[in-house]
Amino acid sequence: MTRFIELVFQGLGTGSYYALLAVGFVIIYKATRIISFAQPALMVTGACFVVAFATDRGWNFYLAVLLAMGCTAVVALIIERVALRPMVGKPVFVVAIITIGIDVAIRVFVNRFLGADVRSISDPWKLGGVSVGGVRIQQRHLAMMIATAVVVTALFAFFKYSRAGLAMRATAADQETALSNGVSVGTVFALSWALAGALAALAGTFVAAGANVNQETWTVALKALPAIIVGGLDSVGGAVVGGLLIGVVESLMGGYQAEHLPWLGSNFDIVSPYVVMLVVLLVRPYGLFGTPEIERV
Amino acid sequence: MATRRLRGRPELYTSYESDSALLNTPAKKVGVAAIVAFAGFGPFFFTDDILSLLATAFAAAIGAIGLNLVTGYAGQVSLGHAFFLGLGAFTAATLNGDPDDARLVGYGLDMLVWLPAAGIVAALAGLIVSPAAVRLRGLYLAIVTLGLVFLGLHIFREADKITGGIGVGRAAGRAEILGYRFDIAGSFLGLDFTEPQKLYVLMLGLLVVAAVAGRNLARSKIGRAFAAVRDRDIAAEAIGVDLVRTKALAFMISSFYAGVAGALLATVIGVIEPGGYNLLLSVEYIAMVLIGGVATISGSILGALFITLLPRFTQDLPQNFPLLADLLTGYGFLSVDQLRQVLYGVLIVAFLVFEPRGLYGLWIRFRNYWKGWPFSY
Repeated sequence: MTRFIELVFQGLGTGSYYALLAVGFVIIYKATRIISFAQPALMVTGACFVVAFATDRGWNFYLAVLLAMGCTAVVALIIERVALRPMVGKPVFVVAIITIGIDVAIRVFVNRFLGADVRSISDPWKLGGVSVGGVRIQQRHLAMMIATAVVVTALFAFFKYSRAGLAMRATAADQETALSNGVSVGTVFALSWALAGALAALAGTFVAAGANVNQETWTVALKALPAIIVGGLDSVGGAVVGGLLIGVVESLMGGYQAEHLPWLGSNFDIVSPYVVMLVVLLVRPYGLFGTPEIERV
Repeated sequence: MATRRLRGRPELYTSYESDSALLNTPAKKVGVAAIVAFAGFGPFFFTDDILSLLATAFAAAIGAIGLNLVTGYAGQVSLGHAFFLGLGAFTAATLNGDPDDARLVGYGLDMLVWLPAAGIVAALAGLIVSPAAVRLRGLYLAIVTLGLVFLGLHIFREADKITGGIGVGRAAGRAEILGYRFDIAGSFLGLDFTEPQKLYVLMLGLLVVAAVAGRNLARSKIGRAFAAVRDRDIAAEAIGVDLVRTKALAFMISSFYAGVAGALLATVIGVIEPGGYNLLLSVEYIAMVLIGGVATISGSILGALFITLLPRFTQDLPQNFPLLADLLTGYGFLSVDQLRQVLYGVLIVAFLVFEPRGLYGLWIRFRNYWKGWPFSY
C-alpha cells in the first residue's frame, strides 16, 4: 500500500507538468483552433533559460524560473507574430505543420546551447524527500503539485475575473462576434501564445528538476497530447485532469506492469498514455470534458 | 462514347468521358509523356548517387500518394503513416529474410510475394485502425494516429525476432524478381547497369503504376465518395455514401500504399531499424503532401522529391552559395549540419506561409499566367 501511495504521488508530480503543458495546448487551441506542435520546443527553451540563468550565471533559482517564463513567453510571442498571424483563416493542418517546422528550427538552437552533455538546472529540490507516516514523497513532486495548483487556480481566476480573460473566453466562443464587440482578437492570439509559452517554460523546469535537460527532453512534451485528448481539446479543466490521470497511469504502469503484466513488454509505461487515450476515446469521442461538435449540414 | 476533339479547343469537352479522362487535354498528354520519357532516360545522364537519391524519392512518393489519398482526398488526417511504412518494411524483410538465420525469422520469398504482402499486411492494420476514424474527426483523429506511431514503435521494439530490435535492425527485403537481382550491378539486354541505375528504373516503374492507379482511383466512384466525405461527411451520408465503408477503404488503400512504399524504401536503403519509424517520419510525409499539394497525385510526387532532395540541397549549399553560407556559419553561429536542419524547418514554414497550395499551386499560378498572356486574365 505504501508503494502504491508513493507511486500515485510520483504520478501526480509528473502529471502536473503534463497538466501545465496540456493547459498551454488547450489555451492556444481555444483561441486559435490550432494544436501547436511547437510546444515541445518551447518547453525545452524554457528549461534552457533556467540553465542559463540559474546554473551558468548562478542567479537565484526562483528568480531564474520567473525570468525563464517571461523570456519563453516572448519567444512564443515572436513565433505567433512572425509565423502564425499570417496564417489566420488558413486550413488548420497547414498551420499545424508550420508549428512542426518551427519546432524543428527552434530545437536546433536549443540543442546548440545544450551541446552533447546533460545540463542541470540547479534546482533546490534534487532528489530529496519528506516522509509522512512511512510514505516517502519526493520534494520536487510536492513542489510541482503545489506550483501547478497555484498556477492553475490563478489561470482560472484570470479567465473568470479579468478583462483580458473575458476577452479570451469571448474569442474562444465566437471570434467574429468577439471582434464585432470590440475585442482585439489579435491581442488574444498573442496573449494565448505568451501564456502557453510561460506554462511550457514552467513545465520544462519541472521536467528537468531532479533530473537534467538534454537533447531528448523535448519528447516528454508529446505525452501532453494524450492528456489533452483525454480531457477534451477545448477544456482547460479537462487538460488538468487529463494530465494528472496520464501521469498517475504512467507511474503505476512503471511500478507494477513488469511484475503483473510482463507480456506487454519492457518500458510499456512510456507508451501507456497513448493506450489510455485510445480507451477513453472509444468511450467518449470528445474526451472526458470536451464539447461535442454539433454540425449543421 | 468518346467523341472527336476539336483542334485548338483543348478545354471543349463534348462528353463526360473525355472530361474525366486521365489525361484530358493534349498538353497534358504531351507533358506527361515527355516527363516520363525524360525520367526513363535518367540512368544515362545522372550520377549514381543522384540516382539512388531519386530512387528513394520515388519510393517515398508512393507513400506520399497513399497519404494524400487518405488525407488529401478523403480528408482524414493521419499522423500514423510511419507505423504503416514500418509494418510494410518489416513484413517484406521477414518474408524475404534468410530462413537459416538463427537470430531472426525469415522465409526467403521472392519480391513478387513480399511486395504485395507488405501492402496487404499494412492494409489490414489500416482496417483495424479505421473504426477510430469513423468515430473521430479532425485534430482528434490526428492525435490518435500520432499515438499509433508510439504504440507501433513499442511493438517494433518488442518484436525483436522480426525487427532485429532497437539500434540493431535487420537487412531489408532484397529486390529480386524471379531470380533477377535489381540490387547488384549487372547487364540487361547487353547493356551494363550499376546497382543504383537498376533500382532507379524499378522504382520509377512502380511509381508510375502507383500514380496511375491513384489517379484512376481518385476519378472513380470511390474517389468521388472520398471527396464527398472530406467536404461534408454528414451531407455525404445523406446522399448515400456509406461513411464507415468509405473511411475504412480510405485507410486500407492508404496503408497499402504505405506498406509497399515502406518495403521499397527499405530495399533502396538496405538496412532497417525499428527506431526509424518515428513521429518525424510521419511528419515528413505530411510535409510532402502539404508542400506538394493536397489532393493531387502529381503534387505528392513533387512533394516527395522536394523533401527527399532538400537535405542534399542544403548539404551542398556551402559549395554552391559560399557567400550566404559563410554569412551564416562563418561567425560560429551555426554549423553546416545545424544550418541544414534549420533550413528544413524554415523552408517548410516559408513554403506554407507563401503558397499554402504547395508546389502544385505554384504550377497552377504559372499555368494560369501563361494561359492569359499577355493579358493578366
